[in-house]
Amino acid sequence: MIETERLTKRYGNLLAVDDLSFSVGQGEVLGFLGPNGAGKSTTMKMLSGFLAPTEGIARICGFDIEKEPVKAKREIGYLPEGAPTYGEMTPATFLDFVADIRDLRGDHKRRRLDEVTSRLHLEPVLLQPIDTLSKGYKRRVGLAQAIIHDPRVLILDEPTDGLDPNQKHEVRSLISEMAADKIIIISTHILEEVHAVCDRAIIIAQGRILADETPAGLEARSPRHNAVTLRLGDTAIDAVRPALESLAGVAGIETHDDGGMTVLPIGGAELLPAVGRLALERGWDVSELQVESGQLDEVFRQITSADVGQETRT
Amino acid sequence: MRNIGIIFRRELAAYFATPVAYVFIVIFLVLAGAFTFYLGNFYERGQADLDPFFGFHPWLYLFLVPAISMRLWAEERKSGSIELLMTLPVTQGEAVMGKFLAAWTFCGIALGLTFPLWITVNYLGQPDNGVILAAYVGSLLMAGAFLAIGACISATTRNQVIAFILTVVICFGFLLSGFPLVLDLFQGWTPQWFTDAIAQLSFMTHFSTLSRGVVDLRAVVYFGLVIGFWLTANAIVLDLRKAD
Repeated sequence: MIETERLTKRYGNLLAVDDLSFSVGQGEVLGFLGPNGAGKSTTMKMLSGFLAPTEGIARICGFDIEKEPVKAKREIGYLPEGAPTYGEMTPATFLDFVADIRDLRGDHKRRRLDEVTSRLHLEPVLLQPIDTLSKGYKRRVGLAQAIIHDPRVLILDEPTDGLDPNQKHEVRSLISEMAADKIIIISTHILEEVHAVCDRAIIIAQGRILADETPAGLEARSPRHNAVTLRLGDTAIDAVRPALESLAGVAGIETHDDGGMTVLPIGGAELLPAVGRLALERGWDVSELQVESGQLDEVFRQITSADVGQETRT
Repeated sequence: MRNIGIIFRRELAAYFATPVAYVFIVIFLVLAGAFTFYLGNFYERGQADLDPFFGFHPWLYLFLVPAISMRLWAEERKSGSIELLMTLPVTQGEAVMGKFLAAWTFCGIALGLTFPLWITVNYLGQPDNGVILAAYVGSLLMAGAFLAIGACISATTRNQVIAFILTVVICFGFLLSGFPLVLDLFQGWTPQWFTDAIAQLSFMTHFSTLSRGVVDLRAVVYFGLVIGFWLTANAIVLDLRKAD
C-alpha cells in the first residue's frame, strides 16, 4: 500500500506538487499522466525517498519515507527518469552491486541475477561498459536494477522511453505479469501505454490531480465515446446525412476523407442500435460499422488544457 | 557496515575502470620523484632520510587530491546516478563513508607506490625507519583531511571544475593558516584568541611534527577531527541538496 497525504513540493516560489493525496493498493498499476513539468517526476522522486516533501507524508507499505527511509526503500524498486546508472561499470558488475546493496546472497542472488538478465535480454551486453550501450539497453539495465529484489512496490519513471516498439511491448508485458502481487506506479506520456498496462490513471497538471479514473472511465469522457463510425458502399454520404442527423441523441456528423463518417453522440449516449436500425430500414449499403471507445489523447488534452482552477479535484 | 563495504568496493573499482587512476598514479609518482631529487636536493644533502620527499607532500596534495575528490559527488549529480544511490536502502552516512574510504585507499595506494624511494634511502645509508613510517602515516592522514574537504565541496555542485578550484582554495587556506598570508587576513579585526585558533588549524604545523617522526597524538587527533568534521558536513550537504 502506498499512501500520500497532502504531499507538496515547492522549489522557491514554484509549486511543483500541490497537495497530492491518493493511495494505491496491491495489484494496482497506476499510471501517472501529465504534460511535461506537471510534477510527475517530482512526485515519484518524493515517493522513492530521493526528495523530501515540503509538506505532507508519503507512506510505503506502512513506512513513512522520511522517518524510516531505509525500511521504506527496501520495499521499493525505482527506475529514475532517464535510467541513470554508473557508466563505467558493466551490466554484470552493476547488477551485482545493486544485488549486494539489496542484501541478496548466495544462491538466491545468483538466481535473481540470472532471471533479470534473461527477462530483459541483457545477456549479449553483460560484459560491456554501460556507457557504450544503446539507449534501449541502458533503459533495460535500469529496469533490471529496479526489479532485482522482487520488490513489493515498483516506481518506474517513463519505463519505455527510448525503446523500440518490440521492446516497449516486452516491457509492458513484463509490467503486466508482475502486476498481480505488486503495487506499480508508472509515469508516461504515451497514452496507449496507459491503456495497455494501467488499471488506473491519474492525470496531473501543475502539480494537481485533475482526474483519477480507470482508462475506460477516462475514455468515456471523450466526445467520441460511443460514437459510431460507418463506411458506405454504394450509398452516397449526402443521402444518409439528414436521416442520421435527425436521430435522437446525435450531436453531429463528421465526414472523413476516406469516405467514412462518424456520428457523434450527445453525452456519450449509445447510438449503435439506432444507427443500425436506420441503415436496415433504409436499405443503405453499409460496408463497415464500428463503435468508438473514445480517444485518450483527446480527453488528456481536454483535461489538461482546461483552466486548472475550475476543475474538480479528486 | 556491510553497505559501506559494498559502496567502498564499487567506488574503488570505478577508479581503476577508467584511465583516471593510472594517470593519477603516474603523475603523482613522477612529481614526487622530481621534487625529491631536483628541488629537494636528495643526493646533495648527503643525509639518509626522506625529509625532502615528505616536505613536498602538502604541495603535491594541494593539487592532486582535489583532482580525486572533485568527482566523488559532482559526477553522481551530473550523471543523475545520485538519484539511484540515494534511493537504494543505504543511509547518507554509509554512502559518504564508503566513497571517502575508497578515495582514501586510492591515495594510500599511490602513496604506497613510492616505496622505491624508501628502498633507495635504505640502500644508500641507515635511515631511521621509525621516522619514515611516522611520516608516511602523517602524509596519509593529511591526504585524508584534504580528501574530506574535497568530498564535501564536491557534494555542493554538479560541476567538477568548480569543485576542484574551491577545494584547492580551501585546502590552501588550511595549509597556510599558520602563516602570515592567512593570519594577516584576520589580524586586527578579530579577537586575538580567534587568530590563535586559526593558526592552530594549520595542516602544515601538524604534518611537520609527524614527518619529523614525532607521533604526536594531538596531530593524529587533529587530522581525525578535520576528517570527521568535513564528512559530517558532507552528509548534511547531501541531505539538504539531493536534487540538481
